[in-house]
Amino acid sequence: MTTTLLKDPPISKQLAKNLKRNFIEHIIEVILMLAALVSSFITLAIVYILVTEAAGFFKDVSIVEFLTSKKWSPLFEDAHYGILPLVSGTLTTSLVALTIAIPIGTISAIYLSEFASHKIRESVKPVLELLVGVPTVVFGYFALLFVTPLLQKLYPELPTFNMLGPGIVMGVMIIPYIASVAEDAMRAVPMNMREGSYAMGATKFQTAIRVVTPAATSGIIAAYILGISRAVGETMVVAIAAGQQPTFTFNPLEGAATITAYIVQVALGDLPHGSVGYQSIFAAGMVLFVITFIFNILGHLTRKRFAERY
Amino acid sequence: MKKTQEYLEESLIKPKTLAEVRAMIVAHKRNDFIFASIGLFTIIFALLTLLILFIDLVMDGYPKINYQFFTDFPSRRAANAGILSAWVGSALVMLVTFLTAVPMGVASGVYLEEYAPKNWFTDIIEINVTNLAGVPSIIYGLLALGLFVYTLHLGTSIVTAGLTLGLLMLPIVIVSTREAIRSIPVAIREAAYAVGATKWQVVLHHVIQYAFGGILTGIIIGMARALGETAPVITIGALTFIAFLPPAPLINEAPFISFEWLQSGFTVLPIQMFSWLSRPEHVFHINAAAAGAVIIMLTLVMNGTAIWLRYRIRKNIKW
Repeated sequence: MTTTLLKDPPISKQLAKNLKRNFIEHIIEVILMLAALVSSFITLAIVYILVTEAAGFFKDVSIVEFLTSKKWSPLFEDAHYGILPLVSGTLTTSLVALTIAIPIGTISAIYLSEFASHKIRESVKPVLELLVGVPTVVFGYFALLFVTPLLQKLYPELPTFNMLGPGIVMGVMIIPYIASVAEDAMRAVPMNMREGSYAMGATKFQTAIRVVTPAATSGIIAAYILGISRAVGETMVVAIAAGQQPTFTFNPLEGAATITAYIVQVALGDLPHGSVGYQSIFAAGMVLFVITFIFNILGHLTRKRFAERY
Repeated sequence: MKKTQEYLEESLIKPKTLAEVRAMIVAHKRNDFIFASIGLFTIIFALLTLLILFIDLVMDGYPKINYQFFTDFPSRRAANAGILSAWVGSALVMLVTFLTAVPMGVASGVYLEEYAPKNWFTDIIEINVTNLAGVPSIIYGLLALGLFVYTLHLGTSIVTAGLTLGLLMLPIVIVSTREAIRSIPVAIREAAYAVGATKWQVVLHHVIQYAFGGILTGIIIGMARALGETAPVITIGALTFIAFLPPAPLINEAPFISFEWLQSGFTVLPIQMFSWLSRPEHVFHINAAAAGAVIIMLTLVMNGTAIWLRYRIRKNIKW
């Protein structure tokens, strides 16, 4: 009986169907791979667009002037193309933000991970995630119409557009992000390390500072690096509240344009495609891309290291 | 007791008498308490600051939020200005964004988790996705300006904005798809293979089905982010006065569906808020606050749904 079944034609039909099936399977795999390649294509497209437009820019402007001149005024008659004022603005606002976000974010993370009861942690964590999702233009509103007027009550000389207000707001904005990533890193430290420490008679605080924090260092540093990358690339808060005048200064009480604010300012105007002013936003964008790219890769590598250790 | 005393005197530990040891324990417990208080205070302080900011915004905008605000076009007179063109624009842009990012994002997530071989090529794609997630949004705006507006000549239109935000959202969808798929045990796949399913059948009938909740979470979070993004949309040149609606997608004549709206000029909610915010007159700032309150509500509801969904999934599924 079985032998006759094996000789039956349906089996060859089955095989024929398998051939078709395999072919479809193969097509599907190729389609999925193409979709995965789109992300690489995006990166290539970003690099291509930035490099070609910036190349047009550097035909008219020497790289030496771009990197050393302390004046940035591509839109005026007397055009100067030194990126330093934009970089100083970006650095100052980011520094103000990080001075606020790093200590508060770290303390919050240590508290949430090591001290908070289960109930507090489970209710604060979702709130942090909610806050990470608040649009940045809203924070720009806070910087311009709430924090800066408040600061002006303390220092009446503070101009309406300054770097301190948006810096502070950016810091507040980044706190949930840093706290959330750093807390994840600390929770990933295995429980038996804490138990070992407690068994030696250490208190919670000693365990948190001398055992858990060192073990989670790379994860915490990754949180800082990703925070820096966010601060450097932040656009709307500084475009709304830090002013649009490129000034080479590190004084947060002054107003100054950042790289991102400059790009927004040019985009709001109506520059002809192909002009030096138009190309200058791509040159500025390239500087921004390179800075954030370095920080992102650094953050990714440190994070991966901590993920592999335990 | 005496032995302990002698032991303490010989040892390298600093406190030499029992009284000193007790004092040390008390001091350490005090440190514990001090830090716990500082930590709690810091968190409450940070959350309160944000709460005050939100309350301030809602209070400022509250008198403006009424039915009229949603049905009026923007206007030169602040009292008459509304967000009709902005929310319609946001909805249409979100539609294009959804159609761009979701199929591509889920497909690449599935490929990277289920199909991709472990080699340097896959590693590069992975690092690339991580990096893309961290690229500042304004860089996507520059990409769109150079590529969609001036190379592909799509202009400053709904399709350009939708594609731009779609690319921005792509890494979020990919990462969440991968995480959702990774949590499905291998046994499920093996069971499907054992009854003769092909790889694609396993993926379509099992993996994607079980990962659906997690994928949906990522999609909602990504959409919320795209909804609030301002910088890339400004960069493609969208800050203009728009007091009209894009052509309707449904028309009376055959074929009943029109794609003209894709090429229409547009404005979106965050841009409308920014444009009111950048005016010097205070009356417009009230409009900005009202628009801001609407945006915050929308994103909070979306993100809240996503977080709740994730919580539900974690609680219900035990493999």
